[in-house]
Amino acid sequence: MTGMEEKVRSFMKANFADAIIREDDFRQQQSFYVKAEALVDICRALYDEPELDVRLLADITSLDWHGHPAADEGRFEVVYNLYSLNHKYRFFLKVRLPANAPRIATLTDLWNGANWMEREVWDMMGIEFVGHPDLTKILTPDELEGHPLRRDFPLTWEQPQFSWNKDNPPEVMK
Amino acid sequence: MTESKTITINMGPQHPATHGVLRVVLEIEGETVVKARPVVGYLHTGIEKTMESKLYYKALPATDRMDYLAPMSNNLGYCLAVESLMEIEVPDKVKWARCCLAELTRVNSHLVWLGTHALDLGAMSMLLYTFRERELVLDIYEACGGQRMMTSYIRIGGLAHDLPPDFDKKVRNLTRIVRERMHDYETLLTNNEIFINRTRGVAVISAEDAINYSLTGPMLRGSGVKHDLRKANPYSGYENFDFEVAFGTNGDAYDRYLLRLEEIRQSLRICDQAIDGMPDGPYRAHVPGVVLPPKEDVLYKMESMIFHFKIITEGFKAPFGAVYQAIESPKGELGFYISSDGSNKPHRVRVRPPAFVNLAALPRLVEGRLLSDVICAIGSIDIVLGEVDR
Repeated sequence: MTGMEEKVRSFMKANFADAIIREDDFRQQQSFYVKAEALVDICRALYDEPELDVRLLADITSLDWHGHPAADEGRFEVVYNLYSLNHKYRFFLKVRLPANAPRIATLTDLWNGANWMEREVWDMMGIEFVGHPDLTKILTPDELEGHPLRRDFPLTWEQPQFSWNKDNPPEVMK
Repeated sequence: MTESKTITINMGPQHPATHGVLRVVLEIEGETVVKARPVVGYLHTGIEKTMESKLYYKALPATDRMDYLAPMSNNLGYCLAVESLMEIEVPDKVKWARCCLAELTRVNSHLVWLGTHALDLGAMSMLLYTFRERELVLDIYEACGGQRMMTSYIRIGGLAHDLPPDFDKKVRNLTRIVRERMHDYETLLTNNEIFINRTRGVAVISAEDAINYSLTGPMLRGSGVKHDLRKANPYSGYENFDFEVAFGTNGDAYDRYLLRLEEIRQSLRICDQAIDGMPDGPYRAHVPGVVLPPKEDVLYKMESMIFHFKIITEGFKAPFGAVYQAIESPKGELGFYISSDGSNKPHRVRVRPPAFVNLAALPRLVEGRLLSDVICAIGSIDIVLGEVDR
């Protein structure tokens, strides 16, 4: 929707100028890299702002930049996919987190839908959501150690019950 | 007995009414559900991880295997995302054919939903009827892609082959038959007192809650929110078609049933329009080095053969960046977030699964209700565990 892009930008700049690291509009999709500690405040402000009406948290996902130059800003990236139903407009908030003990505040206080999405990110990527009511594994078996979607988790290493390669794990992908 | 006492029972993962391997741990007091906790992950196959290790082309078949009732929708979402990443513009014929196929998928998925949901609630004959009609859709899939379920027919930049010669006849035949039989379904269920008692006022969710739980698709529209990505953010040429967005008012299982029936009708309308207005033209975009050249050219033209070989062996390099493409799949917003690190494989493919997100609201739908309503609630969410667990 035309005009929304500018509205979101000016709202972000007016209220959270310190928290924005940079803005990106690759393929006409607006995204803001923001500081991790400001995320909850930003989301709450966007939620409460009637002009923007960002009510739907469409998705939370994560990326691992292990072994890539982009990891200089932080190895992990958490992507918040926000959608305004009234304005039919989608944009993204992105947060970079360090390789060591990545953690970020939970959004479950604001959106119930964040519950399972954050659990999945925790399970698959090992990012801790501080304050989450039930941060437990969701997709992988209880016995599985590690977080499979991390880039340094071997692709074909099945553990532990199918141990054909237990003593000889394949080379780490990449 | 004055003190109240709860017991915990385990439903699934091998339970015919959980549509696959869903397990729900229920804490019940008498017949009332106090607490419900869905447990998923029994069908986790690491599709997102697998896709990271494949070339863009070769990651496509993995998408069929998520929501196996709607393979074309999954193909479409993935291909649109890659096309947006590579800035590929597809020919008009491809757009129209894709819309038609995606709507056939919706008919397929909703028919299976209708049959199994009615079966869960005791109306066994529905399943036999809807599966009969579903065969017609699968026949069209088979004619197009050679397979009945895992079609991989929609490819990056176009289609796998040209549409089969009798495609229009087959689709017209299907829309005519299904439209007639919709009437039969309605006579069996819509005014059926048992069905109404089992669904009306059951698994209710308000519009505010639905949005707060990030629900999409029929789950959201059933509560009266008129949100459909085909209208809100048209993709693949949906702005050319004339159709209505179906929506409910009460947000209960009965409304979602009526809504899905209406969606089948609207899908049939779109299919008819797509066949009427199907433009002529190539079935694949011409983007050398990125989109596979048509097979006819590969056999007779040197240049096409070289490009074909290069794309199959080393793929194409995508620019550094990330795109998100969402489509309205039968179950809700199906999104593909593809992040590229500049190499020939996706750095990360995130599938935003509508059924997974919708299933998270199950406790909200059943807590405080009767145990038998849990079956109805699970059915009315319309889950496919292949997509929930990926």
